Amino acid sequence: MTSIRGLGRWVINSVLRLGRATVFLTATLLGVVLILRRFRLIVQQVFAVGVLTVLIIVVSGLFVGMVLGLQGYNTLVDFGAESSLGLVVALSLTRELGPVLTALLFAGRAGSALTAEIGLMKATSQLAGMEMMAVDPIERVMAPRFLAGFVAMPLLAAMFTAIGVLGGYLIGVGLLGVDSGVYWTSMQEGVDVYDDILNGVMKSVVFGFVVTWIAVFEGYDAVPTSEGVSRATTRTVVIASLAVLGLDFILTSLMFSEV
Amino acid sequence: MSRNALELWVGLFVVAGLAALAMLALRVGNLSTVNVTDAYKVTASFGNVGGLNVKAPVTMAGVKIGRVSNIQIDREDYSAIVEFSIDRRYNNLPTDTSAAILTSGLLGAQYVGLEPGGEDTYLKQGDRIEITQSAVVLEQLIGQMLFSKAQGDG
Repeated sequence: MTSIRGLGRWVINSVLRLGRATVFLTATLLGVVLILRRFRLIVQQVFAVGVLTVLIIVVSGLFVGMVLGLQGYNTLVDFGAESSLGLVVALSLTRELGPVLTALLFAGRAGSALTAEIGLMKATSQLAGMEMMAVDPIERVMAPRFLAGFVAMPLLAAMFTAIGVLGGYLIGVGLLGVDSGVYWTSMQEGVDVYDDILNGVMKSVVFGFVVTWIAVFEGYDAVPTSEGVSRATTRTVVIASLAVLGLDFILTSLMFSEV
Repeated sequence: MSRNALELWVGLFVVAGLAALAMLALRVGNLSTVNVTDAYKVTASFGNVGGLNVKAPVTMAGVKIGRVSNIQIDREDYSAIVEFSIDRRYNNLPTDTSAAILTSGLLGAQYVGLEPGGEDTYLKQGDRIEITQSAVVLEQLIGQMLFSKAQGDG
């Protein structure tokens, strides 16, 4: 009996949270329209969310590209197909690894920081203070952060992919002796701007939206204690990562089913 | 950090992101090589296109001069109608040019090879290549060989 009651409570709580998150999203999106007039707030947040994440994105992109180059070469060389190394590296990066890994890193680096910051604002009653001064915290605090994450994520994913392709070049051409021209032409032959690159960018836009939404909402919805903030931060990383991986499967099956 | 430095960093960030996108589109993708406007279309009918795909290369003397733009079935005689878009630079293909579906390597992707003829008139937009050679389907070939061998034994 108690286990069934527990299940019921869990379902009710989940649905309630989902409802709160949706109401919050609507209010934030309305706030985004209003906040566009105060451009400097957005610039500040793009710095915190985007610029400070560049380093980890660039380093990870370089290493992922280099590993792809190494592994791809070792497999392809058995079939005498090392001339398609550029294609293998570019396709795996543009379609999957670029958007997904960037979103996971973004959730860990920027998402957790967003949640902790907003959660701490709530725990120290700063949000309540703003309301007392007739400043809407959703418009003043949430909306610029949400917009910044949404803008920064596709740019970060593009950087990750571009650096990854260069990393593959570094290993494939520089170390393993694939011809430089062949590396780039095999890529241009096989990678389509609309089918592959645009779909990859669309993925990163969706991931940016979802990850930032989860991060900002978890902070806003956190229990205003130090334990609550720490839990909310953990939840951001876990839920955002799972959401990215699940959504990636759905988006892939929608986008690449005919290709 | 001062306001100017902050704005500078964000500006650099956006520029770097857009530069990465541009590099993906131009260097990694085929935006720089595809000129859809600068192409003319000719068709050819084949008995069997095998594994030919849309976007497969069309070559002449091994040099890529265009792409397969469409493949469909002729409602009249059930043959395959393949449409090629060929780069406008190569607008001097004789009207008796022949087209063959070839395979790159033993198991590689299939492509179309054009062999120029000797006529003085050139193929124009919407023309049809009359002399064609269908794809070689390996299974059919093996089947025929086994069949003729069995007949020879009996």
